[in-house]
Amino acid sequence: MNRSLIEIVLVFYFEAKPFLPVTSCVSPCVLTSLGFNGSPPLSFQQRRFTPPSTCHSPPCDTGNKTLFLYFFSTTPLRTPTRKMASSFSRMLSSKQRIGVLSFVGGSLTAGMLFQRERVSGGAPVRRSYPASAEYPDLRKHNNCMASHLTPAIYAKLCDKATPNGYTLDLAIQTGVDNPGHPFIKTVGMVAGDEESYEVFGDLLDPVIKERHNGYDPRTMKHPTDLDASKIHSANFDPRYVLSSRVRTGRSIRGLSLPPACTRAERREVERVVVDALAGLKDDLQGKYYSLTQMTDQEQQQLIDDHFLFDKPVSPLLTCAGMARDWPDARGIWHNNEKTFLVWVNEEDHTRVISMEKGGNMKRVFERFCKGLKEVEHLIQEKGWEFMWNERLGYILTCPSNLGTGLRAGVHVKLPLLSKDPRLNKILDNLRLQKRGTGGVDTAAVGGIFDISNLDRLGLSEVHLVQTVVDGVNYLIECEKRLEKGQDIKHSSAPRTQLDPRLEPLPACPILRLALPLIPVW
Amino acid sequence: MERRENRMRRFLLFSRGLIDEALQQIGELPDKKYGGVGIATMTKNCHNDYKMKFSVDEEFPDLSLHNNHMAKVLTKEIYGKLRGKSTPSGFTVDDVIQTGVDNPGHPFIMTVGCVAGDEESYEVFKDLLDPIISDRHGGYKPTDKHKTDLNFENLKGGDDLDPNYVLSSRVRTGRSIKGFTLPPHNSRGERRGIEKLSIEALASLDGEFKGKYYPLNGMTEAEQDLLIKDHFLFDKPVSPLLTCAGMARDWPDGRGIWHNNNKTFLVWVNEEDHLRVISMQLGGNMKEVFKRFCTGLQKIEEIFKKHNHGFMWNEHLGYILTCPSNLGTGLRGGVHVKLPKLSTHAKFEEILTRLRLQKRGTGGVDTASVGGVFDISNADRLGSSEVAQVQLVVDGVKLMVEMEKKLEKGESIDGMIPAQK
Repeated sequence: MNRSLIEIVLVFYFEAKPFLPVTSCVSPCVLTSLGFNGSPPLSFQQRRFTPPSTCHSPPCDTGNKTLFLYFFSTTPLRTPTRKMASSFSRMLSSKQRIGVLSFVGGSLTAGMLFQRERVSGGAPVRRSYPASAEYPDLRKHNNCMASHLTPAIYAKLCDKATPNGYTLDLAIQTGVDNPGHPFIKTVGMVAGDEESYEVFGDLLDPVIKERHNGYDPRTMKHPTDLDASKIHSANFDPRYVLSSRVRTGRSIRGLSLPPACTRAERREVERVVVDALAGLKDDLQGKYYSLTQMTDQEQQQLIDDHFLFDKPVSPLLTCAGMARDWPDARGIWHNNEKTFLVWVNEEDHTRVISMEKGGNMKRVFERFCKGLKEVEHLIQEKGWEFMWNERLGYILTCPSNLGTGLRAGVHVKLPLLSKDPRLNKILDNLRLQKRGTGGVDTAAVGGIFDISNLDRLGLSEVHLVQTVVDGVNYLIECEKRLEKGQDIKHSSAPRTQLDPRLEPLPACPILRLALPLIPVW
Repeated sequence: MERRENRMRRFLLFSRGLIDEALQQIGELPDKKYGGVGIATMTKNCHNDYKMKFSVDEEFPDLSLHNNHMAKVLTKEIYGKLRGKSTPSGFTVDDVIQTGVDNPGHPFIMTVGCVAGDEESYEVFKDLLDPIISDRHGGYKPTDKHKTDLNFENLKGGDDLDPNYVLSSRVRTGRSIKGFTLPPHNSRGERRGIEKLSIEALASLDGEFKGKYYPLNGMTEAEQDLLIKDHFLFDKPVSPLLTCAGMARDWPDGRGIWHNNNKTFLVWVNEEDHLRVISMQLGGNMKEVFKRFCTGLQKIEEIFKKHNHGFMWNEHLGYILTCPSNLGTGLRGGVHVKLPKLSTHAKFEEILTRLRLQKRGTGGVDTASVGGVFDISNADRLGSSEVAQVQLVVDGVKLMVEMEKKLEKGESIDGMIPAQK
């Protein structure tokens, strides 16, 4: 009897590859077969201690050995999460069922159950109409979601919900409501929580692949590197570079993202982040200004410093539900020197910005990394962590901000180069984008551009910042040559090091060939 | 070795079948017999269940700067009592109040601040909505009964309003179709179902009601221009009062305009309510407008009833609509009237209040008047019948036109100021 059970287990691991369980579901298995029955409503304290979630598991084929080890791994037996409460404890609430199922083998059960979906979703969504009647009319739409949402994928995913109850219809609402522009392709969908990226993976994976230039979340890994010492040549000529800025976003694991968060969750995000920020020291010491309790004077000061953010008016954000309950639990924190800034509960849980006037990008990035590391350390002390996983990097609301979520940019004066018709091609090949000085969707004023990195996912932070640095150095050089009356054709462009796994950029074959060549075009 | 592997595989399949059956019994898997998703009488609103894990204090909205009916009525006790509930289609109290939380309101203008997602919302969230209804509709009690009277013959007069002053007359109301959820909550499939049903029903009208449907999605440029010229076309709502309630979702899917060939009877489909029915014409013959209104409405109602989808109506609240301010008759009967002298008179507002009328600019709600031309309509919706409300408009406008004439002659109107109706 015992021998056949072992055989089953071994056969399972070595033969039944399609039934690869997600590793963390195994740990609940271990717990449940030990007799854990259901769970009481969890307070915030208990809920925080999320064991390494499903997201940490590699989705691709891992060695069987690893799985075997995971099964017996010392996943710390911490307090269970709502994930376990939702489907497992309900399933195994009766002793009889525990007996039956543990006979078959805890891991086998997990394998069967989770073959359906990697993450256990919530209860099926009730529909009065079939998927074909509910499928949105996307004929006039031009966004990534509309390009990839086929009726088949819709039918497959429309019944599903994440454990928090976030559904596909909610995720795609912003894309359905905003058909988009023929020239500007927006993403057209958002994630309501970390699990959305798993439960709606069939739609999100192709969208991510399109948006992030061929990065396939199912097979690729995203590198994270926040070591600022690796940046070189990052002190720009202040006659050209007026200011430098690096921004990213971070989400707090265990709490829903802005499109789906409840008031209580949003307030909890505020509390966690503000607590952590209060622990920063030295040049990072600062103060929090809540949007609801700001005085007029403080408000005016923040506007003058260009720090204040306002209620989103863009329908891309409002249709996704990110402006609900404004201005409850929103606020701005900045350090006394006004060089490190954190926005709380705007478009993401936190937006972290490091900036200063002048061209010392190295110092900006150093402060950025230092600040992020300290904030992460401070929240970990209290039992929280950032949403991160190996294949998607840092998890944020908009799929376009996955990976690093990093936008490193400078305000640079390029009056002569701005008139050059080759500028857009140059920027394309440098993997940079230009915006006006007012931010996204604004025009440039007086030849001053906001130049920043295009990529977010698939390349590390250090790589992206170095790309910006190299690119800006090159642009300044071009500008200098134009000032002297020389042509920019002979200046040496940086070899943009692309990840070889990524597809080449634009569809135009000429540009694709031009990439590895030194003259940029 | 191979036989053993086959045995193992068969065993795995067999045990998987056992587990499937077990899951089906608990209800985790859909019932294979009926195909598709299992039939459930109550929608499981997972998101609301998830919210219940937080305490009332953590979830209660901050209404300290708010000025709307919902903010005045909502207390932590009421919120705590209602937050666990949901209507059969999954509408919860947070959905009801979202628009009021997002729009603090204006110190002078008191908006309602909540919406209903379906017919049952008015029952399930009684504790919140009854006091709001009472505040908004002049003390209407939960035990009061609303009288519906769509018999146009009961209207006295209305055909003799002076066309030199009264430029146009219009009566509008809304209707919701039973069996569907309301615009804040409905899905694309439901909205399309409503549109399909409405097109069928309206296509069967004839005589003076013979007309054509123009879907917002499929209109040609020429049709669009003509509808704009006729002042028939409605556009995507921009008011945050509506967008925060979710009424502009999936625009313009499932929306459209139907009007008869004479361009005197108009139906908006899936704008702020399922149907908005409008009867209008130039000049001051309110009697004719009201007659066409009642006849048309009754014809439409008959057709919907035949399809087993009558209008949402009950004895206590009359016709059920999305916004609690439109309950009862949902009727706004009004005229565009030229009152340049009267409008500048000190007692204009008081006269309107006494006559139970309200003024708006010629662009509709929240617009200013142009050239002394006002949109004068009834202020009441719930507690009096359609005939009574239109009667108030007819009598009131007649009186105001006479006042205007007197003021033009330079005489005083103090003797004509009416008593509170």
